[in-house]
Amino acid sequence: MTATYGPGAGTVPRPPGTLSTTARTRRTLVRGLPVVPSVVLMLLFLAGPIAYCVYYAFTDMRLTGASTTHFVGFDNFTKAFGDSNFRNAVMLTLMFTVLSSIIGQNVLGLFLAALMRSASRPVRSAVSTVVVISWVLPEVVAAYLLYAFFRREGELNAILHVLHLPQQNWLFTLPIVAVSLANVWRGTAFSMLVYSAALQEIPAEITEAAEVDGAGRWKRLWHITLPMIRRSIGTNLMLNTLQTLSVFGLIFVMTRGGPGNRSETLPLYMYEQAFQDSLIGYGTAVALMLLMVGALFSVLYLRLLRTEV
Amino acid sequence: MAVVSSPKLQARRERSRPVQERATAKRSRRRTEQLVVNAILLVITLVFLVPLAWLLLASVNGTADLRVRMPDPVTFDNFHRVLNSDITYRPILNGLILCGGATALCVVCAVLAAYPLSRYESRYKRPFLLTILFTTGLPITAVMVPVYAMYVQVNLIDTMYGTILFLGSSALPFAIWLTKNFMDGVPLVLEEAAWTDGASSLQTLRRVVLPLMWPGLTVVTIFTFLSMWGNFFVPFFLLLSPDQLPASVSILNFFSSRGTVDYGQLAAFSLLYSAPVVVLYAVMSKVLGGSSALGGALKG
Repeated sequence: MTATYGPGAGTVPRPPGTLSTTARTRRTLVRGLPVVPSVVLMLLFLAGPIAYCVYYAFTDMRLTGASTTHFVGFDNFTKAFGDSNFRNAVMLTLMFTVLSSIIGQNVLGLFLAALMRSASRPVRSAVSTVVVISWVLPEVVAAYLLYAFFRREGELNAILHVLHLPQQNWLFTLPIVAVSLANVWRGTAFSMLVYSAALQEIPAEITEAAEVDGAGRWKRLWHITLPMIRRSIGTNLMLNTLQTLSVFGLIFVMTRGGPGNRSETLPLYMYEQAFQDSLIGYGTAVALMLLMVGALFSVLYLRLLRTEV
Repeated sequence: MAVVSSPKLQARRERSRPVQERATAKRSRRRTEQLVVNAILLVITLVFLVPLAWLLLASVNGTADLRVRMPDPVTFDNFHRVLNSDITYRPILNGLILCGGATALCVVCAVLAAYPLSRYESRYKRPFLLTILFTTGLPITAVMVPVYAMYVQVNLIDTMYGTILFLGSSALPFAIWLTKNFMDGVPLVLEEAAWTDGASSLQTLRRVVLPLMWPGLTVVTIFTFLSMWGNFFVPFFLLLSPDQLPASVSILNFFSSRGTVDYGQLAAFSLLYSAPVVVLYAVMSKVLGGSSALGGALKG
């Protein structure tokens, strides 16, 4: 046992040949023992469902009468691509992701982080407190608050009325814009925190040197700040996108995907197909596609972090 | 003030004018810049504040609607109405059992798994960590349909422990990753001493490593708990009986079961349900020393 738990055995390279192959295998096994509970849980409850997902996606499984499940090949996928509701869901998911995550949270987060550097201290703490509270509130509560805000009788129209701007029933006329703005309200804090940390790491001398050389505000932003935080931009975009792809509760509470299907993104479409219409097989095929898009982004994210692992 | 200054002072000022003027110009430009920045930030803050203001004001308003307005009359009636076993106590208790159980499961497993990952080298380590990190990115929403189907088949559907197992497992990848990063920050020297004294690695973990990384452990625990407390879709999919639902799902009843929505009560309930989140978040950022440190930690 003392050989197994030798002091710092992992960090100090051992001269080759001190342990026989079997002893080394046994050492690896004993050391790896504490990982086992996690691995078992993740295999059963994460890898299992993903494997199931791949299997169900090629069947016609329904909630009613599970005994009649057949293998149907790529039928679910051909059906999906031929279905205008599915194409609608894909388009809405794209719009939702681009509007709320890539443009909204990302740009607003960077803007806030940059401005906060030259703001006075009380303003700075006011901004970060309010924005962060919007972020930490539970998803359903955030959804109700923004539902109240965007309703016809809600506060947004009241403000527009005071400003003499046209009002409308936001959740009815522009539902996807309303839920996207809601997601911006809820998610900007994360980008703001990531960018605040990144901007703090830029050495002051570099910015000052550029200022002395006569570089204007925009030039400094474009040629110095952005290139220096490009890794954080990449990481942040990736995490925001992954998070936004799986947003369900926010839209479900605010619009239920409606009116009609005009805010029905892929997660809501999947839910409707699988549970309302009890087409588990078809819903799972949609889930699998969503999972694959997520996996693609996840791999891109890993490549960005490559050097850090 | 400058207008009434003495002629002598005026003369001196004239002489040093170029240098001084440049300095004051720069200073005043800085000041205007700060003013403009402050103004922009305050406007954005106000926009972000509107929904929060509605929550606070409506919860104590006897006649709340969807507008942000002063409570008329100011009353705690909304709170009295929702503070009963059906609306508040049971859902909150269910949430505590669900999230508390899943957090405990997740953190214990994550600490155990993080120890070998942080302390030993192995050729399986890198692929394992990459898989973990990859899994943190997967949209869990997408897995819910197969999880539901699987739970129906193995009779775990509508059970608390089944939901706890799934909640805990789905939070594991990120918890392992975060715990490992915090554990890497604990120096090896003390452990080596414990090893020479003949302590086993689990003893070392419990007696040496964990006490040294309690801030990190607090953060992992709070973060895991918070993400579960706010989680809507897992209990929404996996729990069916109304008396097992946590607050994140039972809040939907404000809309479906009654014809008209009592917005005051909805706001009061939302406030009760959100209060622990805000408190725990404040504790967490205090432990981490500022909220921007949290951003850095979450980024991985």
